[in-house]
Amino acid sequence: MPKTEAKISGARLMVELLEEYGVDIVFGYPGGAILPFYDELYKSTKIKHILVRHEQGAIHMAEGYARSTGKLGVCIATSGPGATNLVTGLTDAKLDSVPILAITGQVATNAIGTDAFQEADIYGITIPITKYNALIKSADDIARHFQEATLVALGGRPGPVLLDFPKDVQTELTSVRKVDKLKIDPRHYQKPPIGGDLDSFAAALNKAKRPLLYVGGGAINANASKEIKELAEKGNIPVTTTLMGIGAFPGTHQLAVGMLGMHGTAYANKAVLECDYILNLGARFDDRVAKPGEFAEGAVRAHIDIDTAEFNKRVSVDHLLHGDLKEVLKALIPKVNKVDRSDWVGFLDTLKKNHPLEFDDSTDTIKPQGFLQKLYEKSKGKAIVSTDVGQHQMWAAQYYLFEEANRWLTSGGLGTMGYGLPAAIGAKFGNPNKTVICVSGDGSIQMNIQELATIAMYKKGVKVLIFNNNFLGMVRQWQELFYEERFSESEWNYNPDFVKLGEAYSIKGLRISNKSEIDKALEFFLEDDDARILEVMIPAEEKVFPMIPAGKSQKDMIEFSDTVRAGKK
Amino acid sequence: MKHILKILVNNHPGVMSHVSGLFTRRSYNIDSIAVGVTQDPEISNMVIVVKGDDSVVEQVKRQLLKLPDVIDVEDLAYHDCISRELVLVVVKVEDSNRTEVISICEVFQAKIADLTKTTMTIEFSGNTRQVEHFMEMMQKFGIQEIARTGQIALKYRSN
Repeated sequence: MPKTEAKISGARLMVELLEEYGVDIVFGYPGGAILPFYDELYKSTKIKHILVRHEQGAIHMAEGYARSTGKLGVCIATSGPGATNLVTGLTDAKLDSVPILAITGQVATNAIGTDAFQEADIYGITIPITKYNALIKSADDIARHFQEATLVALGGRPGPVLLDFPKDVQTELTSVRKVDKLKIDPRHYQKPPIGGDLDSFAAALNKAKRPLLYVGGGAINANASKEIKELAEKGNIPVTTTLMGIGAFPGTHQLAVGMLGMHGTAYANKAVLECDYILNLGARFDDRVAKPGEFAEGAVRAHIDIDTAEFNKRVSVDHLLHGDLKEVLKALIPKVNKVDRSDWVGFLDTLKKNHPLEFDDSTDTIKPQGFLQKLYEKSKGKAIVSTDVGQHQMWAAQYYLFEEANRWLTSGGLGTMGYGLPAAIGAKFGNPNKTVICVSGDGSIQMNIQELATIAMYKKGVKVLIFNNNFLGMVRQWQELFYEERFSESEWNYNPDFVKLGEAYSIKGLRISNKSEIDKALEFFLEDDDARILEVMIPAEEKVFPMIPAGKSQKDMIEFSDTVRAGKK
Repeated sequence: MKHILKILVNNHPGVMSHVSGLFTRRSYNIDSIAVGVTQDPEISNMVIVVKGDDSVVEQVKRQLLKLPDVIDVEDLAYHDCISRELVLVVVKVEDSNRTEVISICEVFQAKIADLTKTTMTIEFSGNTRQVEHFMEMMQKFGIQEIARTGQIALKYRSN
């Protein structure tokens, strides 16, 4: 490796590499084994460090930042417990393909493997949950590991990487700051060439009478929204998105049929049953969407993905194209014919009319669905919305429509409760001029509620909406429908006063429980760019519909109207 | 069906965990695993023998190729290949049957690596079928201990 004259410490080099790479914000928490690095960070004028209250908060903030900006998210933790607190976030980022660089301190190299104070084999622990990870054994290796890690995190299908950084390597002097040869193959960071036969692929699509686009999170990572819209409009092809694909196609577009899957719209799931051709764009036939053997049975199935391991993984497909989705679509669109499919589009319009998203709005209590509709209207659909996991997540996915990508932040793959608040904070740091709303539940919010302190400390105007039903709502829903109403451990006997809790952090709050209070509450919630907590009391028996029971297929969907007929709404 | 995966990997610590971890994650049983460095000291060759249907092995192959330290994966089950396994086996012998054991070893071209009054340690290498056959022949004398390396394999170069 080429050498430069001056020797600097490993920690200094790491900070300089981050600066050169353009990282201007990192989320973290200091501790013994990472102190030399923090000392160098203290001297940096280019990198702003955000101090969190728990390392899990740091990594979810980095995720929210990365997903809302499209940039690399960086988080820092010390060794041992600091590092292990990142595990949930790394797994989350792996499943949702979020580019994250985690830098962890490690005990000095001569203490590794001795069960030293605050030692954990985070390299070993994170092997299955990172795209790449490394234990840096010498300061001379930092430059190579850094370059490989960042390239891998953002290249191909994005994902989390972790660099474990022993304390003595942080203080060791090195002059190696440029890499002449990477050890990893270019396929891990360069865009792959298009693989597959574009002509026969397009021919099958052109022949279809009732085609459907099934758009996943990969479409957002590939920045392919424009091409998807072009393809849909040119071929008159309706579009359904997964939970992760929300925003990749405008939610209000005439060809949009909403989300599909377990809590997707009835019309999207019915469209899956009726279509004769389904084209998966960067989705992975997830088990919340597709039952192997029964998914779009009557249709020709096609798939475009950057990750060949997704082909035929759960559902067998008839036509595949490998490559970067944006590039593949650019090459495919000229081969796609303009076809009048007004019968099919009209059929779906009728489905939309006859099977809308529904809820009973006849009482004075606040229905979360209605509330989210109002929130959508009041925020003009322009907010960045993060969610936690549960009923509120699904209601938000159903009722808040997104026109653009990178505005919907949710833990899709891992389903991480506690994701929403830190993700919203990270998104606000990345988008200081946009309204950022965290939609949560009384259960989820308490998984990382300590990050209210981070909001207060940095005066970040994050809006926190808590739907409170004194229950783990989704657990309750399953127990009611499938466990004969045995509400085992899903009822909360004790919740804090969320408004007072906000006050303790100097965050203004309000609690409402009657429908008549909604307009005023939303005005209070969105009036300026300050942080707010809005606690909305909702009925515990409210459920998310439609619903496809776990392990069942589109054919077994339960709609709101079915439950009304059965007297079980 | 049996698959022999030949996996070229970067030769540094942790790579073995990365690779074997992928099999664990899919609760997929590895029959044998053998690792050794190649002519390039930076690169190791892993030979993993697994049983499973083609589609699952194809999935494992694609997942393996996603690991930055994996350079190439080849399924040798679809090629004519030379495969070898080395076994060391300790059998019980008595004066009455020692000659019989020695003559079987001669037929198999197995080497006698150690000899005591009551035991014989034999070294044998061959493909899996030959090794199984040899072990069967040894069975009747009474096997005391076995060490097997797992298979290594290469494609035939001649057509």
